[in-house]
Amino acid sequence: MIHTQQLTRTFESGKETVEAVRGIDLDVAEGELVAFLGPNGAGKSTTLRMLTSLLPPTSGTATVAGIDVTADPAGVRSRIGYIGQKDGAGHNYRVWDELLMQGRFYGLDKQRATERADELLGTLDLEGMKMRKVSTLSGGQKRRLDIALGLIHEPALLFLDEPSTGMDPQNRANLWDHILRLREEFGTTIVLTTHYLEEADTMAERVVVIDHGRIIADDTAEALKAEQAGDRITVTVSADDLPTTREVVGQAGTEVEEVPADGCAAISFRVDAGPVALPRVLHALGDKGVAVNAATLKQPTLDDVFLNLTGRSLREGAEA
Amino acid sequence: MSTITDSAATSARMARSSLLGDIKAVWTRETLTILRDPFSLIFSLIQPLVFLGLFAPLLAGVADDGLGFGSTLQFFLPGVVVMITMFGTSMTGANLQFEIMTGAFERILATPLARQALLIGRALKELTPLVVQALIITLVAVPFGFDLYPAHIVLGLLILGVFGVGVGALSYALAIATRKNEWAFWAVQQSLLFPLLILSGMMLPLETGPDWMQALSKVNPLTYIVDAERVLFSGTFDDSAVVYGIVAALVTCAVGLWVGVRTVTKSIL
Ligand SMILES: Nc1ncnc2c1ncn2[C@@H]1O[C@H](COP(=O)(O)OP(=O)(O)OP(=O)(O)O)[C@@H](O)[C@H]1O
Ligand SMILES: [Mg+2]
Repeated sequence: MIHTQQLTRTFESGKETVEAVRGIDLDVAEGELVAFLGPNGAGKSTTLRMLTSLLPPTSGTATVAGIDVTADPAGVRSRIGYIGQKDGAGHNYRVWDELLMQGRFYGLDKQRATERADELLGTLDLEGMKMRKVSTLSGGQKRRLDIALGLIHEPALLFLDEPSTGMDPQNRANLWDHILRLREEFGTTIVLTTHYLEEADTMAERVVVIDHGRIIADDTAEALKAEQAGDRITVTVSADDLPTTREVVGQAGTEVEEVPADGCAAISFRVDAGPVALPRVLHALGDKGVAVNAATLKQPTLDDVFLNLTGRSLREGAEA
Repeated sequence: MSTITDSAATSARMARSSLLGDIKAVWTRETLTILRDPFSLIFSLIQPLVFLGLFAPLLAGVADDGLGFGSTLQFFLPGVVVMITMFGTSMTGANLQFEIMTGAFERILATPLARQALLIGRALKELTPLVVQALIITLVAVPFGFDLYPAHIVLGLLILGVFGVGVGALSYALAIATRKNEWAFWAVQQSLLFPLLILSGMMLPLETGPDWMQALSKVNPLTYIVDAERVLFSGTFDDSAVVYGIVAALVTCAVGLWVGVRTVTKSIL
């Protein structure tokens, strides 16, 4: 569905040159659900805008839905749906009018556009807002309308730039239901960006981590977490038991770290499958007569993955 | 071989018919803002009447050359019609700038609509109320001795329409060029609009003005539009001013669309 080679984009702003995207190679197969994850300014939106033909690349190539974005931008546009980061719906227009007109822009006839608009108002919980002026909607309601606008023509390939930003948990869950259903029922290929780590983790099957305009990791969330961070077990034992504990822990895991405190010590170590390893380790320690005061298992998040890859936390960046 | 030619011809035809369809779609979206907000429409209809009602009596006093109020109107009214067209279409970029800022224009750019249609449809929307305004003030002027020539007025409005699309497209180009700072749009628009209006002889005749003003008015396309409208509103087709007006309108429209479409496709929003 998508194939890019060394896709690059620089911006000149004043005397400065911003290298927003620096050589992205990406392949997305039909029916995939891919999430771009990265801090502010990483180049996520710029990449999406090149893929949707809104922005010509500085260099490199991109083929989207079988069409070269520079050679035939209009062809690309007629085959995709795009929900941008900013408000898609015009503030001075009515909700219903925007939906119908968007349908018309994509060549739907009036009956089909009406059907689709009605369906989408239902799924995105916007019933009763038909005749509201867009500027009077709340932030989350506006965002849902933007999503509805992007879905009106049922594109086979859908790009969403931070779709869930500003939505409450309930509506975010609804949105995800809807996105996942699109995939199941119609095999829609979906590429989205997000700041919500949990969202990328639980919903997307493939996470592309972008930083400073480059892809720094690209895999399933599970694989990324297992490779880049792994599960960590921490056991707290009294100082007397420390030598025995070291021995047991050395066999069970890797990357052992000790944090001594008065009278006792916390030892943490990395294991492959935490939930399985934890009872085994406790058992082994018990067998050797070690009294374990406390034990915790920490499973990694995508933030740990990012931290491991870049030395920075995504959370700090994401809250900006 | 023949199949290739066939399909090329079909796709060309489709492209042409869809350009019209696209223009209509854009126009419809824009026009909805007027239909959904009739108050703004009523207000915009009253405005030129107020203008005419306040200005014409003064002008009648100044130009009391024995020809009467009717002939003053005959001179002045076409000027007002051109003026409201200029005001309406040159300001229209501000709407676009707002939609660029909020993000709605990016959404529309991401649809398969033809780029020219985005500009033409929008500019035609600005002209829609203007046509109604022009008709109303013309009808209102009739009881005061204004002679009405419907066929001539239709041609006059057509010329204005073509010209207005060009001005509108230029206004959009300006809006895109100045999208980073809103005031720059207004600064440029205002500092171009008034000299153009005055140097077209729209308000006051330029015959009494200095030579340099007359020279400048010769290169102002608006001059030819105003002259054509005056001739048409006074019931004459057979005058070279009409031809010059048509040419000025077509040239403005072509240049405006060329600049406008280039700006839309080249610029990074
Ligand atoms: N039109 C532009 N002109 C100049 N610089 C730009 C432009 N658009 C983006 N940039 C710069 O390019 C870089 C990447 O921006 P981009 O919008 O792609 O980031 P992002 O990953 O989407 O960030 P966010 O999470 O904040 O949305 C940033 O440094 C940004 O300032
Ligand atoms: Mg972004």
